[in-house]
Order: sequence, then C-alpha cells, then structure tokens
Amino acid sequence: MRFKGKVAHKFAESPLLQMRLPTWRSRLMGLLILGSFGMLIGRAFYLQVLNNDFLQEKGESRYRRDIEISASRGKIADRHGDVLAISTPMKSVWAVPQVAKLTPEQTVQLASLLEMDARQLAQKLSAEKTFVFLRRQIPPAVADRIAALKLPGIGQDKEYRRFYPTGEMTAHMVGFTGVDDRGLEGVELAFHGQLLGQPGSRSVIKDRRGQIVEDVGSIRQPQDGKEIRLALDSKIQYLAYSHLKQAISDNNAKAGGVVVLDVRTGEIVALANWPTYNPNNREALSGAQLRNRAMTDTFEPGSTLKPFTIALGLESGKVRPDTIINCAPGRLTIGNATIADAHPHGALSVAQVIQKSSNVGAAKIAAMLSSQKMWEMFDDVGFGQVPHLGFPGEVTGRVRPWKSWKPIEQATMAYGHGISVSLIQLARAYSVFARDGDLVPLSLTRVDSSAATGATVFSPKTARDVRVMLEMAVQSGGTAPKAQIPGYRVAGKTGTAHKLQGGRYANKYVSSFVGFAPVSDPRLIVAVMIDEPSAGKHYGGEVAAPVFAAVMSSSLRTLGVAPDAPLVVAETPKPPVAAKARL
Amino acid sequence: MVRLNVILLFALVLCSLGVVTAQHKARKIFQALEAEQEHARQLEVEFGQLQLELSTWGAAPRIEKIAREKLKMNTPETGRVITSASTGGASR
Repeated sequence: MRFKGKVAHKFAESPLLQMRLPTWRSRLMGLLILGSFGMLIGRAFYLQVLNNDFLQEKGESRYRRDIEISASRGKIADRHGDVLAISTPMKSVWAVPQVAKLTPEQTVQLASLLEMDARQLAQKLSAEKTFVFLRRQIPPAVADRIAALKLPGIGQDKEYRRFYPTGEMTAHMVGFTGVDDRGLEGVELAFHGQLLGQPGSRSVIKDRRGQIVEDVGSIRQPQDGKEIRLALDSKIQYLAYSHLKQAISDNNAKAGGVVVLDVRTGEIVALANWPTYNPNNREALSGAQLRNRAMTDTFEPGSTLKPFTIALGLESGKVRPDTIINCAPGRLTIGNATIADAHPHGALSVAQVIQKSSNVGAAKIAAMLSSQKMWEMFDDVGFGQVPHLGFPGEVTGRVRPWKSWKPIEQATMAYGHGISVSLIQLARAYSVFARDGDLVPLSLTRVDSSAATGATVFSPKTARDVRVMLEMAVQSGGTAPKAQIPGYRVAGKTGTAHKLQGGRYANKYVSSFVGFAPVSDPRLIVAVMIDEPSAGKHYGGEVAAPVFAAVMSSSLRTLGVAPDAPLVVAETPKPPVAAKARL
Repeated sequence: MVRLNVILLFALVLCSLGVVTAQHKARKIFQALEAEQEHARQLEVEFGQLQLELSTWGAAPRIEKIAREKLKMNTPETGRVITSASTGGASR
C-alpha cells in the first residue's frame, strides 16, 4: 500500500477540527440561510394568500369552461298573435382545412348532404386557410346527419335564421334582418332594441367525456328578445295587398300603396305597397322594391286636400256649407297663371265644390283665407311633419313656409298642388273628419287602451259638416260613385294629380282616394294611391275608388262592423262618361 | 384510548364514503336536470317551428286559393247578400 508509511488519522481526530473558526462566520451563514427561507415563505405567502387570482384562474382553466347561452330574437306578431317574423335555430357547418383530410367517398357523402358540388367542396377543403364556412343556415336535421358521419376537422355552430311566413304581403311593414341578426328595414329596424335578445353565460365543470358535471359560479340567464305585437291585422293586410295588386295590374300602373287606419285608436291596421319583395329570399333586390312608399315617398295629393281648405273656410266663418261660389266659366286667372276645372261648372254651393271637386271653387275659398292660417292648419293636420312612428325613412313631406307663398301658390295648394305629402300622412289627416275634429296619433303597435285622443284641429261642427260633404262626393252626382259600399254609408274624396317631371307637369298621374266608413260611427280610414295608371283611366274616382270600396267593404265585414245603411240593390254600372270624375 | 381511536377511525371512513356517494348522486341528478333543460329547449325550438308552420299553412293567400280553386267558393254578389238587423248583442 502506498500510504503505509503515513500515520492514518481518524476523521474525528482530524486536526482541522481542532481549529477554531471565527464565530461571526457561522453566524453569518446561519443568518443567510434563515433569510433565504424567509424569502421563500414570503413569496409563497404572496402567491397563495395576497395575490392568488392569477394562479387560481390558471388552475380553474384546467377544468372550468365558460359556456354562452344563446338568446333568440323576439317574434313579431300581428294583433291576433299570428306570427309575422320568427327566428328558428339553424346550423352552420365549418371546416379546418389542415385537419380535414377526407377520403373521396367521404367528400362525396358530405357534398350530397350539404347539397353542394363535390368538386367545389374539395376545393374549399384544400384552401390555405385555417377556417372556412362550408355552408351556413342548414336545417338542424341535416346537420345531425353530418355530425353522425364523425368527419375529422368538420364542425358545426348554432345560429338563428329569421323566417317571414307572410312573405311579400307584409314585407314593407315587417322589414328584415341581416345575417348577423341586425334589423335592416321596417319594424325589425324600428324595434331592434326590444327584439334583440341578451345572451347569457354560465361556467361549468366538464368531465373527460365533455359532459357538464357541475355549475360553478353564478349563471347569467339569457334574455330572449321581446315579442312585438303590431297593430296590423293580417287578414285586412291581405285584403289590402291583394286588391292593390289587382288594381295595379288592371290599370297597368307603376306603383301604389294602401293604408288602413283604425279611426278610434290610430292603429295602422294594414299598410301595403307595390312593388314588393319576398323577405325570405332577398337575392336580386332593387331599391324600388324595398321602398315603403306609403311612408317614404311623397306625392302631390291633388283634390284629396280640398276638404281641408273648405274646413278651414267653415271654421273661420268665411263660408257656410250653403254659401254659393261662382265657378263659371270653369277657369280662374291669378297673375299670369290659369286654374281650370276638368269640367266647367256654374255656381256651386261650398258642399258642391267638394262633391264636384271644383278647383276654381277651392281656389276662390282659399283666397278668402290668410296664408298664415292655412299654413298653420296644414301643420296641425300633420303635413310637413314626421309622423313620429320611429319607422325608418319616414318623411316630412313639403309645405313651404307661408311667408314666401304667392297668391297663385295659395290657390293651387287649396286643391293639393305645390305641396307634397306621404300616403300615411294623408290617411292620418283624414282622421280629423272621421273623428270630431281631432288628429289621432298613429301607432305601429297594438293599442289596448280604448280611446286615443289627439290635438283638436277643427270644431266638431266643422268636422261633421265636412263629413256630410264627403258623403255627397261618393253618392251619384259626386266624383266617386264607385267608392260606394252596399250596406254602409261611406265618405271620401278623390284625387288626381299630374306628376311633376323635370319641373313641368307631365301627362302622368297619381290617382288617389281617401275615405272612411261607416259615416254614422267611423271605424276605418282607407287611403289608396295608384302611381301612373296607364290603361286609359286615370281619374281617382275610376282607378283608386274601386280599390277603396273593395278594401273597405271586406275589412268592415272582417271586423264585423254593423251596417248603417239599408242594403240598396246594386246600381247598374254607368258608362265611364256618366260618372262625373273630376280632378 | 385505543378503542376511542378505532371508533373515530370508523366514523371518519363512514363519513368519507358518505361524501363520495353524495357527490356521485348530486352529479347524477345534475345530469338529469341538464338533460331535461336541453329537452325543454328542444321543445321550445319545436314550438317555434310549429308556429312558423301554422302561419305558413294558415296564410290568407293559401286559404283563398284553396277556397276558390278546390272548393269552388266565391264572394257573394251584392244582390245576393242579405244583412240581418243587429240583435243588440255584441256585434264586434
């Protein structure tokens, strides 16, 4: 052994141990080690007690899942609760192209379920993207069959699709939503805030098989969108729509609209426009189809405005229903312009001015009135004002400030030229005659309180006097005998206005009729407007009045309103010449 | 002393088993609740679809078409309508 000669010490006898270390060194070491432990304890305390949110969250995220609970958009229903728009869940199918490696048979199978071309599908699946939608809004039953194929990289999402069972009939009123469930038109837009649902959420613990095992934390309940009950009566809406459609094709007209109002509550019971569209299939839509003409388009109303001029004349005491106005020789020159009657009349009473629809008569009465009073009256009945329905695109119409009126303009406004209104404004304005002189506020939604009250425009006596005149206008000798309805007393006024084209009046017309029934206790106001009738007839009494009669009679029957006139034997239709249709 | 410890040990084991069973039962019941809620949602969806169907089948244009074409009905002409006088009852 190499160490043989050396003296072997035992460890305990090591002379090193005999050496004394300075005390401060061992103390320092002791303190350092103690300090490190202190730091570790401090850190542990900080992480686990003071600032534990982060780690807690990390831990929970291993087992806890937040699930969104979807809420559906509210329904839109008519006044009887019949559904006009409803959301039902659909599925969208997506793929992650990198993961979705399908065999050709699988591709064909999937393509046939998706009703797609197999080659197109293969192309989508080989795209250089991380995510592609294969098809959106497919029925849940088909989606279940796709899920049953258990293809890799193919997934599904739940989404909602909006259906409109009444289709084109109520398209303008109800409107529609976009893909992301935002209201884009009509009531869908006007009541978007109420229709929209608030999705809820819950956090849960899921087990390995993906089943929910436990709720943790609080659940935020989803809020489904509210159901909107419109004032619309889908039966009356259908009647209005189908009669309008018929009249448009009979008269070869460009467009048209019908508005039906409830006199007592101001509810819009029906509102139909032509042309229209199918909200369930909105490909190839044009702006002309989308426009809700009755609300967003203005036109010169023509003679339908005469009753307002006359009513103001009566109200201010300038004329009485039997005051004689000399309308001979059927023309009146103011400045360098001439107002003419379509058929010259002699001396007419004020009532006959309405009955025969004399422009000259109306202009002469207007000349007795101050322009400020006339403007105020137009303003009071809602012309030149937004109807305040909250409907997208409502228009104010155009009534120029009275200070800039020239005498000729005041005269033409008396019979509805040089002023523009929308059909809904016109229908509403007639409520001052159908009621006892007050203007009813309109409502899109169902009104359950019985009587709405509006601002008074005319005295009850004036309203009743005008009502009598309006009833004369639809009787024989008036301009619109075709507006008569057997069994009911009807009152109304025709309008036939030339259309302005490039600043000049062209040989195109807007025919209109506004009226109400039954006269003894008015229930409904119906306003009809036909744009550019071009099948030979263009007078309001010939074109619009029959639509009014058809819509009004069937609506009154639908509502079960008691007849207030003896049922006369149907009059033999007179040849068109004998029917005294005037401007 | 030993006897007390043994008794306490048994009590502890029993309690632990109890907790395990209770937890298991709770999860079972919770899953059943979950399934029922899912069923309720399904029924709601189905209700919506049926309402949609009702509206589609009961649409006025369809009724009129069937009445006119299949059942050969038509609106009575004015001369053929007789209106009875109101009996004083609710006419609305």
